[in-house]
Amino acid sequence: MKLKALGMLAGAAAMSIASFAANAAELNVPSLVYRTGPYASGGIPLADGFADYFTMINERDGGIGGLKVKVEECETGYKTDRGVECYDRTKEGALVYGPYSTGIAYALIEKMTADKIPLLTMGYGRTTAADGTVFPYVFNFPSTYWNQATAIFNFMGGELGGMDQLKGKRVAYIYLDHPYGKEPIPTLDKLVEKYGFTYDKYPVAPASMTEQKSIWLQIRKTKPDYIVMWGWGAMRETAVKEATNIRYDMSKFIGNWWSAGEEVATPTGERAKGYRAATFNGVGMDYPLYDDMKKYVYDAGKASGDGSKAGTVLYNRAVVNAAYIHETIKLAQEMSGKADISGEDMQKAMEQLDLDAADVKAMGMTGLLPPVKVTCANHEGQNPAVLIQEWTGSEFKIVTDWIPADTAMTRPLIESDAAAYAKEQGITPRSCS
Amino acid sequence: MFYREAGDFKTSYAADQSILSIKLDRYFVIGLIAFGVIVVPMIGNDYWLGSLLIPVLVLSIAALGLNILTGYAGQLSLGTGAFMATGAYMAYKVATNLAFLGAPVAIIIGGLSAAFAGVLFGLPSLRIKGFYLAVTTLAAQFFLLWLFTHVDWFVNYSISGVPSIPPMEFFGVLISGAEATTEARYLFVLGFAIILGLAARNLARCKMGRGWMAIRDMDIAAEIIGIDPLKAKLSAFAISSFYCGVAGALWAFCFINTVEPGAYDINRSFQILFMVIIGGLGSILGSFLGAAFIVLLPIFLNNAPQWIGLNLTSDVISHMEIMIFGALIVFFLIVEPHGLARLWQIAKEKLRRWPFPY
Amino acid sequence: MEFLYSIFVTPFVEMWTAPEFLAEVVLGGLMSGIMYSLVALGFVLIFKASGVFNFAQGVMVLFAALNFVGLIDAGLPIVVALIATILIMVALAFAIERVVLRNLVNQEHIILFMATIGIAYFLEGLGEMIWGGDVRPLNIGLPDDVWFVGDILIQQSEVFAAAVAGSLVIALSLFFQYTRTGRALRAVADDHQAALSVGIPLNHIWIVVWAVAGLVALVAGIMWGSKFWVQFSLSTIALKALPVLILGGFTSIPGAIIGGLIIGAGEKVAEVFWGAAYGGAIEEWFAYVLALIFLFFRPQGLFGEKIIERV
Repeated sequence: MKLKALGMLAGAAAMSIASFAANAAELNVPSLVYRTGPYASGGIPLADGFADYFTMINERDGGIGGLKVKVEECETGYKTDRGVECYDRTKEGALVYGPYSTGIAYALIEKMTADKIPLLTMGYGRTTAADGTVFPYVFNFPSTYWNQATAIFNFMGGELGGMDQLKGKRVAYIYLDHPYGKEPIPTLDKLVEKYGFTYDKYPVAPASMTEQKSIWLQIRKTKPDYIVMWGWGAMRETAVKEATNIRYDMSKFIGNWWSAGEEVATPTGERAKGYRAATFNGVGMDYPLYDDMKKYVYDAGKASGDGSKAGTVLYNRAVVNAAYIHETIKLAQEMSGKADISGEDMQKAMEQLDLDAADVKAMGMTGLLPPVKVTCANHEGQNPAVLIQEWTGSEFKIVTDWIPADTAMTRPLIESDAAAYAKEQGITPRSCS
Repeated sequence: MFYREAGDFKTSYAADQSILSIKLDRYFVIGLIAFGVIVVPMIGNDYWLGSLLIPVLVLSIAALGLNILTGYAGQLSLGTGAFMATGAYMAYKVATNLAFLGAPVAIIIGGLSAAFAGVLFGLPSLRIKGFYLAVTTLAAQFFLLWLFTHVDWFVNYSISGVPSIPPMEFFGVLISGAEATTEARYLFVLGFAIILGLAARNLARCKMGRGWMAIRDMDIAAEIIGIDPLKAKLSAFAISSFYCGVAGALWAFCFINTVEPGAYDINRSFQILFMVIIGGLGSILGSFLGAAFIVLLPIFLNNAPQWIGLNLTSDVISHMEIMIFGALIVFFLIVEPHGLARLWQIAKEKLRRWPFPY
Repeated sequence: MEFLYSIFVTPFVEMWTAPEFLAEVVLGGLMSGIMYSLVALGFVLIFKASGVFNFAQGVMVLFAALNFVGLIDAGLPIVVALIATILIMVALAFAIERVVLRNLVNQEHIILFMATIGIAYFLEGLGEMIWGGDVRPLNIGLPDDVWFVGDILIQQSEVFAAAVAGSLVIALSLFFQYTRTGRALRAVADDHQAALSVGIPLNHIWIVVWAVAGLVALVAGIMWGSKFWVQFSLSTIALKALPVLILGGFTSIPGAIIGGLIIGAGEKVAEVFWGAAYGGAIEEWFAYVLALIFLFFRPQGLFGEKIIERV
């Protein structure tokens, strides 16, 4: 009897959690964050930017289509099991998720597809999810790791004066020994085939990210022409510092877009001058959007966190992520003809998302947010290009124009891997025509 | 008054040797199992079943495994996570390449592989003891995880090394993959937990289990009275690792749906050690109680501010969560170093005497 | 065949052809080893005096460094911040003794070990709650450049850390050898009961030991912090110190230093010359395997006290 009562109580408690999320008069956009733990230095600006953007929308426009946006944060600590728990806790009526963790993204792909909630892994997660026929509910625009890798090599080729100059060059690839860091390796192998350079792999163990001495000793010996880094957490700062210690030419050291935050180079400061990183969003606060952010959020004292992260690279990236979601919600409301949309409506709208330069200008984000066009079959957008930014000693400056990726090379790879996945999972790819 | 052994007569050897020889205990356990199998899936929702009860049950199995090794055989191990990983990766390998065997067989093969790894890394225990042994089991922890992340064969050459578990059926019901209902996954895990729990209880009181306890209490003395330390220690490592391996496979198959190295890292090993200590060393029930406590407490602490209407930011909540968690661990160790199982025992004694305590 | 070749032939050829590179790797490894030793020292101190395997030592390093850098960033002069941090660490030792250890007297080792993990969680949360999760540079004027001796690269910060570690060991030995408290500490380490019976106050001794371990943690925190900044991942260096401990023996201060040197040099040489054959990152487990092999021959560590077993 007692136990049954306990069960009832537990059931009631569960209901109450569910009812928290199911307040229908709001647009529910849960935010899985990691403001603690070893990856917090990247997680904090991402969480702040996402929250601040929607605070601004709620204050300025009174929400979207008359409904307030509710951003409920759930702390994952970059751990997969806590991420799954957070998802289950917040999924009632949720419109979209972006966990900023490749591990969590992988664990959620099938669950979210079954629950019909879109997963927007903006520039991370499973690259092959770009194939919308196999992964209808997973999106990774504006670009993927594989395309980023090809774009970085295109940049090197441009710098050397032609892709044929890559032949015989030696590249060091330093990466976090984690699903995330391994993701681009197949592309690198393809690039090696095509351009005839060689590369050495240097994994950094997640348990001891600051312990890179042996890697840099080897780099001192092999003297690679370029270093490419796929880093996250403390390994990025350490790598930049170690590179300056061995007097490596920083302009040959290129990070990927998650190694692009200020926190990577600030500790080393002036000495890291010349360090480059790929990115797909603008830097700084020199955009019309920030006038509104300032007016409605910062000056009103409503900034998330301590407010010191505004305008940093990762903060801006989260703002871009939020803006994409904002536009998708608007489109979904338009398409479904109702304000209170569901995850399914969100998915339909996301497949139709088409932001051209004029739209971006209207959002006040020209140069901050890359234009994007998503289709049913192509979930990474039609323009998977990157920018290269350079550390001036105190801030990042964008130094190149958009560098196109080699989609002709990556697309077949994406499709064949997606097909292999579909076979293993017993999925019949849907038709997009 | 409520709990009585008196008057519970046994008339046959079989009755005397049954796992739960006291009638009330038997009724209680049967009732509990019936409740878990029938009532819980009916009243539980997705969140409670899928995100709370499944991980609790899976980690209970791992805690049972570690309890066999540490609680019964006295060998301290910090390599639990690695043995779980062995089970998970091998079960995945079998499930994808020999799919016709079905999920339970794949999971059991995962467990057996873990047992093999356990014996291998248990060999040093013949010479090394105490904390020295604990630190050497860390060699297993780091080496095995490194092996699984660096040898692509284990993940079928999947690109990022995080393969998804294919949907698998058990008697026509899906128990893995996203399409599997939470209830099916829960019942599947519960089935393993019940069988392995009863098996552990039986093992602990057979000849082998008595050998473990003798080794735990004093290994030299045990050796003198004729218990082979080689056999006792290695069998403890093997069976313990088998349990961990099954737990690791279930974690991947029925909970997170991918095989991910991060799920089996050193923190997992510590977490399971916590379960065993907080639950009670050398107690089967304690493994379940400890797992429930250690899994649910942080989630409860994380949810509590919202329930009582406190509006804290997520980082403050998680800092509080980890602080209170640490403090409560210390508190529990001080108040009841023998664990939750001991509290249960005290409760039983109280119930026996109530309402006339002396 | 090629695989065997890459294990048994190529590395030695590489070493032979580039001896100055081998020297650099060994030297770099020794220096890293010293950094591990600094953390291991704290473990040894506490284990020696109270038999507690203090897993919180790594987090104490983080906590001390966080407080120090936080106070400096708050505008305090370095000396004041240093004194304040020392006071905090002493207060922490006091609190741990009062709240935790005193209540766990006579419990099994494993219970005490678990309690220190609880302490570790608590400190981790507390430190992050007060000072935040950002990476904080620690600039207190320690040398942070490199020297090139011929073609060999030497990091000044590590030479400095080696000097500090050396003086720390000398200071600690003097303290143990010649002061009243030091003698009492040694007595406690030898035999708790006997020490109690001759009137040595056990509780005071524990406070002293934990405070000293706190100071060692602070020194380690400053060394690591000025090299790689103060950040959350500092707490994981405890894992790097563990193989050093088993190699050197839980109870030996010189063992911690020598163990650190062996582990540091061993894992770097293994990673640089053999790592590539296995896909890298083998130093993750190499230290443990190395320690394991040593233990087969000396189950009490290199310098540990001989284990005597009685029935």
